[in-house]
Amino acid sequence: MFDITTQLFEGKDIRFGPMDHEKDPEIESKWTHDAGFMRMYEIEPARPMSAAMLKKQYEKLEKQIEEEKDLYYFTIRAKADDRLIGKALIRWIEWTNGNCYIHLGIGSADDRRKGFGAQALGMLIRFAFAELNLFRVSARIPEYNEAAIALFKKFGFVEEVRRRQALDRDGRRWDLVVFGLLKDEWVNQAQV
Amino acid sequence: MKDLFRGELVRLTAEEPDVRAKVEVHWQRDTEFHRLADSNPAGMESEKKLKAWFEKRNEDGFKPERYPFSVRTLDEDKLIGFFGLWLDLIYNEAWVGIGIGEREFWGKGYGTDMMKLCLQYAFTELNVHRVSLGLHAYNPRALRSYEKAGFRLEGRTRGDVARGGEHHDSLWMGILREEWILMQNGEPQ
Repeated sequence: MFDITTQLFEGKDIRFGPMDHEKDPEIESKWTHDAGFMRMYEIEPARPMSAAMLKKQYEKLEKQIEEEKDLYYFTIRAKADDRLIGKALIRWIEWTNGNCYIHLGIGSADDRRKGFGAQALGMLIRFAFAELNLFRVSARIPEYNEAAIALFKKFGFVEEVRRRQALDRDGRRWDLVVFGLLKDEWVNQAQV
Repeated sequence: MKDLFRGELVRLTAEEPDVRAKVEVHWQRDTEFHRLADSNPAGMESEKKLKAWFEKRNEDGFKPERYPFSVRTLDEDKLIGFFGLWLDLIYNEAWVGIGIGEREFWGKGYGTDMMKLCLQYAFTELNVHRVSLGLHAYNPRALRSYEKAGFRLEGRTRGDVARGGEHHDSLWMGILREEWILMQNGEPQ
């Protein structure tokens, strides 16, 4: 049910904010030096990035957002002190098909296991369905990222595709799993 | 060594941009073809624009991550379609895009012959670990053809393509190198 007072960018302990070109690169640079985090966050090869490299990347991202119109990018911030703790994205939006992929990560180990990721995921899904009016939300998760798989399942995501041996890390092949959540399923959940 | 570019019904070619642009103008009029082959909205592009696009692609040549081919019939030398392989170089995977624009060649084994050449190229020349593709659930002819070529169904994304005011599923298939090799040796699947 539509409620105009619902704040889309406010969670219990976190909020969504824009990128901060001045302060964020320094913090995100630290995350990229944590290979363990990077390999869970992305299937692209992990590599450390300097603050200056990230600054350039943010500018490129903002240009892409303006030109391609297929990406929504939020920084996740701790409500208490507005500190940057993660990133949350809706990307590869196909407007005519109503499909998109969501992607998120909590950058520092100190901020994990506190429910911030779950709050951010709930807000991302709500934004995709209640504001962007998409038909479905997809997520691509490597089989070795068990924490992410458990979290997405908790939110009602259904395993739809298992791309056998699509990844290669630490000398062995791994499946890449595609999850999907339909708007109807989300609406029904919200009512329960 | 096997002939990589010659099957039983078709051969693989590189076409001049003006030749390819001319047939594309003809193919894009067929929205059934477009909606079977693609998931973006059908559209129309000028011959000039298409020609420029193919010119650029020919100039770029084969990039390490992109291998496009045109397809001609062996008996009449008619340009009927295309396929391309896009590589993920990190994970050694190839994605296939394939289509027969000349609809009188649908359902006659040409697509199966093309896919045979496509897999042979992917596994014996590009040496990938797996080959992947996606198709629409409303394209059962393609599903049968890909199964015949050795692809296995790996899942179904629900309602991720909207056509005619309805949502339709997409199917996702893959074939592993070891599965393809067993098939070449005539082993039952």
